[in-house]
Amino acid sequence: MEQLAFTTLSVFTLACALGVVLSKNAVNGAMCLLLCLAGIAGLFVQLHAYLLAFILILVYAGAVVALFLFIVMLLDMQGGQAWRPRGAGVVAGVVAAALLAIGLDLLAVRGRLGGGPPVGHVVGSSLKLYAYQLFTTYLLPVQVMGFLLLIAMLGVIVLSRRVAGPEDPR
Amino acid sequence: MTPHLEAYVMLSAALFAVGFLGVLVRRNTLVIYMCLELMLVAATLALVAFSRFNGTEDGDVFVFFILTVAAAEVAVGLAIIVALFRARQTVQVDKLDSLKR
Repeated sequence: MEQLAFTTLSVFTLACALGVVLSKNAVNGAMCLLLCLAGIAGLFVQLHAYLLAFILILVYAGAVVALFLFIVMLLDMQGGQAWRPRGAGVVAGVVAAALLAIGLDLLAVRGRLGGGPPVGHVVGSSLKLYAYQLFTTYLLPVQVMGFLLLIAMLGVIVLSRRVAGPEDPR
Repeated sequence: MTPHLEAYVMLSAALFAVGFLGVLVRRNTLVIYMCLELMLVAATLALVAFSRFNGTEDGDVFVFFILTVAAAEVAVGLAIIVALFRARQTVQVDKLDSLKR
């Protein structure tokens, strides 16, 4: 049963990811990204990371994809043509595909990931455990993240102001 | 019967490869950006799977931070794309070649 759910979810996620890559229209691509994120949230649920699945839906599917759609609407763009290979891109693609294939082969043949069932105590479902970790072990990263978000916000404000050129006095 | 850790890692690698393919073949900056997000999410899937199968919570907490950074990154990146569009009236990467000249 669990295996069936995993197979269904992974095929769905991969198909939607291919949809992001192959769709001509940027809006269709964003919609495929949304479905792909929903599939990944399903996989998170299967891994008992309920809170992360919730946050993924909330932050990614809710905010990020909506932001993408806003920008597509604002710029009124076409998707542009896909699949037009260029010289350096083809070489890079072949090398990257070969490296990834070698890595996967090594993982499948020699990897000792521990084929057993997941370890007993379920962490992902407990918000209390997350909070305890975040405010004890990871307190410094949390503070740094706060500063990062502040800097990103200021950066977006600066970037989104119209840059006044020399012939454009304001 | 539950799926093994290998299955999750393979799926994560496949998703990463699909995102990478998108970055290589697409010309539209916005679609390239979506494919980058796909690669990031593939990495989080591997982290959550390792965390679950090893019984630790560090991977899960790390995914927290990845999601935060991704949100900030999307905001700044899209602002850059909009500024680029204002300056050049295009977001197709093969038209943005002033550094080549």
